[in-house]
Amino acid sequence: MSGFIQQLINGIHVGSIYALIALGYTMVYGIVKLINFAHGDILMMGAYFGLFSITVLHLPFGLAIVVAMAACALVGMLIDVIAYKPLRNAPRISALITALGVSLFLENFFRVIFGAEPKKMPNIPSLEGGFVLGTIKLSYVTVLTVILSIVFMVALQFVVKKTKVGKAMRAVSEDKEAARLMGVNVNKTISITFALGSALGALGGVLYSVAYYQVEPYMGIMPGLKAFVAAVLGGIGIIPGAMLGGFVMGLIESLSKGYISSSWSNAIVFGILILVLLFKPSGILGKNVREKV
Amino acid sequence: MLKVDNIEVYYGAIHAIKGVSFEVKKGQIVSLIGANGAGKTTIMHTVSGLIKPQTGTISFSGTDISNVRAHTIVEMGMAHVPEGRRVFSKMTVKENLEMGAYSRKDKADLEADYEMVYTRFPRLKERRKQLAGTMSGGEQQMLAIARALMSKPKLMLLDEPSMGLAPILVDEVFSIIKDINKSGTTILLVEQNAHKALNIADQAYVLETGNVVLSGEAKKMLDNEQVKKAYLG
Ligand SMILES: Nc1ncnc2c1ncn2[C@@H]1O[C@H](COP(=O)(O)OP(=O)(O)OP(=O)(O)O)[C@@H](O)[C@H]1O
Ligand SMILES: [Mg+2]
Repeated sequence: MSGFIQQLINGIHVGSIYALIALGYTMVYGIVKLINFAHGDILMMGAYFGLFSITVLHLPFGLAIVVAMAACALVGMLIDVIAYKPLRNAPRISALITALGVSLFLENFFRVIFGAEPKKMPNIPSLEGGFVLGTIKLSYVTVLTVILSIVFMVALQFVVKKTKVGKAMRAVSEDKEAARLMGVNVNKTISITFALGSALGALGGVLYSVAYYQVEPYMGIMPGLKAFVAAVLGGIGIIPGAMLGGFVMGLIESLSKGYISSSWSNAIVFGILILVLLFKPSGILGKNVREKV
Repeated sequence: MLKVDNIEVYYGAIHAIKGVSFEVKKGQIVSLIGANGAGKTTIMHTVSGLIKPQTGTISFSGTDISNVRAHTIVEMGMAHVPEGRRVFSKMTVKENLEMGAYSRKDKADLEADYEMVYTRFPRLKERRKQLAGTMSGGEQQMLAIARALMSKPKLMLLDEPSMGLAPILVDEVFSIIKDINKSGTTILLVEQNAHKALNIADQAYVLETGNVVLSGEAKKMLDNEQVKKAYLG
């Protein structure tokens, strides 16, 4: 029983990181219908920016997170403006291939600058230890990760539902022309979406590197792919779906690691993608809203 | 208020508008009529800045807007009710109205304007929390007009607002347009329903394959043999 609870804790921990990353995929897909395959690398960059802030700038952990999020928000907008914006009216496959190219570029760019050797994320003294109950361990890192993720998800939900910029994002994702006729600057709104998604991705990256202590140029690939599966699982383009998908994904991964085998857990995770695409391509929360014409 | 001077518009190699000029004076209702594919929607899109003319100029309240972006033109006081309504179907009625007010800088009388719109369209008030996509076609058309009103436009463009509506609703739409005009908004109206459009318009222009073939006082056109034969059945 305590083993099971431990797996649940682990699953929720990693799941909340997947959820943060999945949000970026789903927001960008929602607004420009692009699977931004470079989004996993935002996680990697967030980890590097976080590491740099802590080890070189000697910033406290909280501030390092802020720096990483801000830096990635900027990089996210730049990626959109440089790589995707010129292709806005091109066939979707062009943008998709470009996204793969951006991903390879970022990974190799960071490898050239920082080397392929994994860097060690230092221990954060204030985050060492945790709550222990018998054999169950709930580390402070887990607690912080889950709390921060939930806080930012709630904040994002508020932005999208209630604020002017959030409404503009939803309007643009439905009908760009009609949004322009309302006075919405579509390109600016898309930029903001990339910025928000990338900032959440950076948060995920820092939290990921704190949990696994390692920072390296290819670290974004696997969690990026899993977060993408999570976004599809929840219903791509649907924000609460990405959150739900992330947690479900984390739990499935950790339970299959615990009870089936860790070498099979990735296969199971990607098997889920295939099953979702076969049986409910619109995802858990995706429903076909009936629209009158 | 609006002056369109000899514009030409292309879609790639397709020459859709071949030198069209017309004018909308302050306080008027001006109607563009013409068969399917004549270029009415293209002209509306060009006026509101969604597409750019290859040549020619468009001036709005004395400013050349030929190269101004659509979202800026809205801020200058032009609202466009597009063909096919184009309400945001996954947003609520209220949120659609809020999008209509997106460009407004004056927040002061915003609440009063929601009330004004709700008074004009009581159905929208009842349905303000409903998703726009689940409303009937007629309700969506009312919402599209109400949404445009929320920007407090000086000039309102309406592209086939009566399309697909039951006759009783068609009458309602036309009386709403007259009302809006009476309360001070200038109107540029595109219609298939030439009879009704000419009845409420001051000036009218007849389009054929990208050219203006006839123009003049709307009431007189109702008696024009050519117009009668082609558009009034
Ligand atoms: N996006 C486009 N790409 C290419 N050609 C277009 C495009 N939009 C319109 N056209 C062409 O331009 C011409 C004018 O079209 P437009 O939609 O302006 O006509 P309309 O008068 O509004 O017709 P309707 O009464 O059917 O709405 C048509 O020949 C049409 O095929
Ligand atoms: Mg048309």
